Amino acid sequence: MEELANLFHGFAVALQPYNIMLMIIGITLGVIIGVLPGLGGANGVAILLPLTFSMPPTSAIIMLSCIYWGALFGGAITSILFNIPGEPWSVATTFDGYPMAQQGRPGEALTAAFTSSFVGALFAVIMITLVAPLVAGFALRFGPAEKFAVYFLAFCSFVGLSKEPPFKTIAAMMMGFALAAVGLDSITGQLRLTFGITELLNGFDFLIAVIGLFGIGEILLTMEEGLAFRGGNATINLRVVLQTWRELPAYWMTSLRSCLIGCWMGVTPAGATPASFMSYGIAKRLSRRGNNFGKGEIEGVIAPETAAHAAGTAALLPMLSLGVPGSPTAAVLLGGLLIWGLQPGPMLFVEQKEFVWGLIASMYLGNLAGLIVVLTCVPIFAAILRVPFGIIAPLILVLCAIGAYSVHNSTFDVMLMLVFGVLGYLLKKCNYPLAPLVLAIVLGDKAEEAFRQSLLGSQGSLGVFFSNGLVSTIMALGLVALFWSAIQEGYSRLRTSMA
Amino acid sequence: MKPSVLSVALAAIAMSCANSTASRAAWEPVRPVEFIVPAGTGGGADQMARTIQGIVTKHNLMKQPMVVINKAGGAGGEGFLDVKTSSGNPHKIIITLSNLFTTPLATGIPFNWKDLTPVAMLALDEFVLWVNAEKPYNSVKDYVDAAKKAPSGSFKMGGTGSKQEDQIITVGIEKAIDAKFTYIPYKGGGEVAVQLVGNHVDSTVNNPIEAVAQWRGGKLRPLCVFDAQPMAYDEPIADGKAWKDIPTCKSQGLAMEYLMLRGIFMSPKATKDQIEYYVELFKKVRATPEWQDFMKSGAFNTTFMTGADYAKWVEAEEKRHEGLMKEAGFLASAN
Repeated sequence: MEELANLFHGFAVALQPYNIMLMIIGITLGVIIGVLPGLGGANGVAILLPLTFSMPPTSAIIMLSCIYWGALFGGAITSILFNIPGEPWSVATTFDGYPMAQQGRPGEALTAAFTSSFVGALFAVIMITLVAPLVAGFALRFGPAEKFAVYFLAFCSFVGLSKEPPFKTIAAMMMGFALAAVGLDSITGQLRLTFGITELLNGFDFLIAVIGLFGIGEILLTMEEGLAFRGGNATINLRVVLQTWRELPAYWMTSLRSCLIGCWMGVTPAGATPASFMSYGIAKRLSRRGNNFGKGEIEGVIAPETAAHAAGTAALLPMLSLGVPGSPTAAVLLGGLLIWGLQPGPMLFVEQKEFVWGLIASMYLGNLAGLIVVLTCVPIFAAILRVPFGIIAPLILVLCAIGAYSVHNSTFDVMLMLVFGVLGYLLKKCNYPLAPLVLAIVLGDKAEEAFRQSLLGSQGSLGVFFSNGLVSTIMALGLVALFWSAIQEGYSRLRTSMA
Repeated sequence: MKPSVLSVALAAIAMSCANSTASRAAWEPVRPVEFIVPAGTGGGADQMARTIQGIVTKHNLMKQPMVVINKAGGAGGEGFLDVKTSSGNPHKIIITLSNLFTTPLATGIPFNWKDLTPVAMLALDEFVLWVNAEKPYNSVKDYVDAAKKAPSGSFKMGGTGSKQEDQIITVGIEKAIDAKFTYIPYKGGGEVAVQLVGNHVDSTVNNPIEAVAQWRGGKLRPLCVFDAQPMAYDEPIADGKAWKDIPTCKSQGLAMEYLMLRGIFMSPKATKDQIEYYVELFKKVRATPEWQDFMKSGAFNTTFMTGADYAKWVEAEEKRHEGLMKEAGFLASAN
């Protein structure tokens, strides 16, 4: 009950007019940052961090975390409208969100995405409020072996997802792994596959690959198909929000499952990206309409968005209680905390009550404010699709170029983006799935790092992945996910032979 | 990962809101100054650079905005090469950590600190030997005994990065006590500290700022500091103990000293006036209460050096790193 009293005190802090103003400014800036691919929440927060040094810490963190919420919301907009994910965790949203927009249902997709985001975040905040001290300790049990197991599960729940032949899926995934291996090898400290080219020191940044593969690739495809967006006849009024809301409760099971996956991934802290992929993969497996996934199924938008937001929110818990950021943006916020003289860690909840509960209260209010802001804008966003392709395509190209440039301030990256665009177009034409490729670029090096760290610790023994209950369970789940279709087939065969 | 166009614009807005009272110097920046961080967002160097940016903005120490840009690729090689190739551009400065020496030595990228212009040493970062508070090691002696008794290679040391400062210290300890550790590299210092709390590694050599929260929370225990004398800060942190109360490793029979440079360099071919401008700027930064708080929170060694002293110090340190890394077998084969 003490937590509730603290929370209400937190609401009082967050509801001061000055803080509400900062909240709305933060959300608006965040949405803009989220819409621009490449800019991203981490960059946005980092740029604005110094401006907040003159504010009281509680107000500053409220504003910055609202930028974070805004960016989470905003990331879905370009994914759905233009097939350009602004953030790594929005990639899974494009799979069904973009087809929906093309079918003239952008309003529906956006509403579903925003509402699911809100539900996921709300679920995670409630969890933080009620069980923060219990859950915080869970992250400590995650060593390299456990982390690898989580990545393994993410890959496994995704393999066999696409309708393309397994060979093509594996080929695409291996290409992703190869691209992820370029740059500095963090275990040996040596450069790999850079061939002495200094531009490749950084490796292939995920965002540049995605902006090219998805954004530029899509424009090339559209050009071939006759220079028109297919979502032009979108209905644009606020009624679509209410209509979509009427549909959403039917998918409560997907939402709940995605919330749990998201919270778990956020706390562990594996992050929002594996959460969104895993949630999408599992929803596809378990949904009755799983075969329709990828063709504009609303459930395919709900699952990744809910999980991504639940994870993004839950990621703040290990940051506050342990000082380990669960996401890049959380890492920048962490730096901010230190600059304001707040030391994240086990003592923060005890010594800085006002700050912690003010932040938690702002999570409730910030998300609510964010939902209202973005929902009222749904018709405006949807109307963008009515702009003729000849006008919007150059604008998207410019947006993509700015995004790619801003990742590392490098014109080389803009060239790289164009190369990836052509590659994306060719892969699509040959029916190679892009999703496994992207998944491998995002998680490939992390999975490799965790794998090698585990083996260093165990002196080369693979037994480390089955050395305790936690890691064995996750690995077993991964194997089940990998062979799910075989298991399902065996089961149905067994039933027919019994009958 | 920093978009300079937007950040310049935002910083410019921030600056134009306030009157400029910066003192007159023979040379002054006429464009926004890029402050390169050869490491990722959220790390020690990044925190320091952003604190400086905040102080410069808040106290209006510069007429032009200062923009922090992370160039972390290739263990910081990307950032160093960027400044190296900006010869004669006085609007670019870089903050360094030990990767100033270790990155070119370990990877063989074409860079040496002499390619840059030294400006000033801002501080030195301490390294402390940490163990989990649940473990029975209460002194360096307990720790050394346990490490020696464990089967070779089964004692795990966690650290940031590969063939960088943490691993160099680990090799130094191995040599000093004649034991074999397994070194496990992680991405960031905060993560390393948490791995120690979770008992996934046996010890770490985290910087004070990375582990102080866990110390205060009673999760970690500091054993000794890798400096010639104890740290200066006597404010109690945990159990009535202050940074000052941590003995030096040498005094405990573990002969290893290591301090990490937190210094500023600028592009090649800078004029005397330009160097002087930045030296004065950082003197002003160091005088602010915010900087002093920051130094205290990270228990930094606040040595300040400029000019020839600084260059001499860096040169000696480069030699030392070369020796340490050669012995450890960390040099790139191309070198």
